[in-house]
Amino acid sequence: MRALLRNPTTAIGALMCALIVAAALLAPWIAPFDPVDQNILDRMQPPGGDFLLGSDVFGRDVLSRILWGARISLVVAVTSIGLAIVIGGAIGMVSGYIGGRFDLLVMQVMDVLLSFPALILGLIVVALLGAEIHNLIIAITLTAIAPFARIARAPVLSLKERAFVEAGRALGFSHARVLFVHILPNILSEVLVMGSLWMATAVRTEASLSFIGLGVKPPTPTWGGMMRDGFDSILDAPWLSVFPGIAILMLVLGLNMVGDGLRDATDPKLSGS
Amino acid sequence: MIFYIARRLLAAIPTLWAVLTLVFVLVRVVPGDPAIAILGDRATPAAVAALQAKLGLDRPIWEQYVSFLGQSAQGNFGTSMVTNRPILADVGAVIPHTIDLTLAAMLIGIVVGIPAGVWAALHRNRWIDVLARMLSLVGLSFPVFVSGIFLLLAFALHWRIFPVIGNANLADPADRLLKLVLPAITLGLVMAAYITRVTRSSMLSVLDEDYMRTARAKGVPWKRVVWRHGLRNAGLPVVTVVGLYIGILIGNSVLTEIVFNRPGLGKIIVGALNQRDYTMLQGLMVIYCFLIVVVNLLTDLAYGFIDPRVKHA
Repeated sequence: MRALLRNPTTAIGALMCALIVAAALLAPWIAPFDPVDQNILDRMQPPGGDFLLGSDVFGRDVLSRILWGARISLVVAVTSIGLAIVIGGAIGMVSGYIGGRFDLLVMQVMDVLLSFPALILGLIVVALLGAEIHNLIIAITLTAIAPFARIARAPVLSLKERAFVEAGRALGFSHARVLFVHILPNILSEVLVMGSLWMATAVRTEASLSFIGLGVKPPTPTWGGMMRDGFDSILDAPWLSVFPGIAILMLVLGLNMVGDGLRDATDPKLSGS
Repeated sequence: MIFYIARRLLAAIPTLWAVLTLVFVLVRVVPGDPAIAILGDRATPAAVAALQAKLGLDRPIWEQYVSFLGQSAQGNFGTSMVTNRPILADVGAVIPHTIDLTLAAMLIGIVVGIPAGVWAALHRNRWIDVLARMLSLVGLSFPVFVSGIFLLLAFALHWRIFPVIGNANLADPADRLLKLVLPAITLGLVMAAYITRVTRSSMLSVLDEDYMRTARAKGVPWKRVVWRHGLRNAGLPVVTVVGLYIGILIGNSVLTEIVFNRPGLGKIIVGALNQRDYTMLQGLMVIYCFLIVVVNLLTDLAYGFIDPRVKHA
């Protein structure tokens, strides 16, 4: 862990992520205003003054909404990628372990999922199921299952031929035990590196769907939704779309930097040092 | 070669069938009657029933499925439930805009990304490399609607160099190009970031190869060694990424079209979703899927073009 943080990319990325996680956790205490409280007299205040990052068309404080909005981004990203890792990982491991026709069929299905543009798939799923937070999670999970299945499957194919796996089977261990105790630890690091990179994608997808109007419903603050509202008054109040944009960029960039650093640490060939 | 292409297209049929079935099921499992969605809540039951009959929604589900598959196989995607025009006509009217955007973004990605990646690899760990890696990481972290809005604010609203509205007149090349610049840069930046990273790492892995040293020892100028011997061998992963990225590009074009108010496939799909235009959605899905199958095929053909050792038999 300490060695990882010595890599400046990972360290800075982790710091950016930590800041946003802190903002999400501490929002009720550090947000200067109520994020949904409307105050028509204070509408469209430019940044500075009482409203550090300005106020929107309903007189809501942009800073407070960004702090609260971090919650939706993080909850959706963590839950959907967590689910995708568990479901996709299980599919890939079992499919690779069983092999044969079954493996071929499963991977064919995964290829169909993979061949679809993630955003379009998310768009359809959310539009049809309804713009609720659990449907967003379902949609993003669906787009991320196939890559994790692929990642988890590839090493299983070679691992299952290795001596320690055969030894385990010869000792009479069940398939489940061999998979979880002997094979899982060997693929975990690769899956986790992918996990942080895909978290970045999940944050971006959630924000994009919210921007299109398929995110968590107002008045709950979401970064993508704030940009969508701000975009309508971009001529008069550019700050309404700039600040949430910076917040999204910061979280996505932070996650990508962490993932990048982790990958360098696990794959020395690509590393900078 | 022709045999190979034919076989690949045949192999895509199960994929297309699976997508069609998925779309058919998805569109029908959701609550909400399209007839009511089109006519509004106050429509009389008789009007709703009449529209259902007209749309074929009153027939048994398997009959709808079979006729849907049959029609799709003939390239007939039906007419839009909302505008009543053939889907292919609606799509055909906007597809030049989407093709313009996608190709321009790809071009920007390649022109910026490949030299940047090669350059970074040649200066590994020097400041130029660190800068290229940092910038590419920032580039691929930008959601396109964020970078689009930032560019719009800077170049269309603040400096007023480019127009805000992107509905180009297709017959006027100057207008078409002018309105393409900002959206294409928006999409192209992400593409450039990906290509830079892949080119860099792919180039790094070939720089130490024996054939590079041999070529250099024979007296071939270093520049030529890098671009001819190095890049050609490092090219395959780059082509793979460009091919894979087309899917992301198509998805991202939806957001770009919204930000720059450009007509295109993405705009149509968002409109169809809002109006629950099921036939339009089905048609679009098939078209998207078909596009991606074709791009994957082109990617594989490009392998053979770059690396003669790859044979398409």
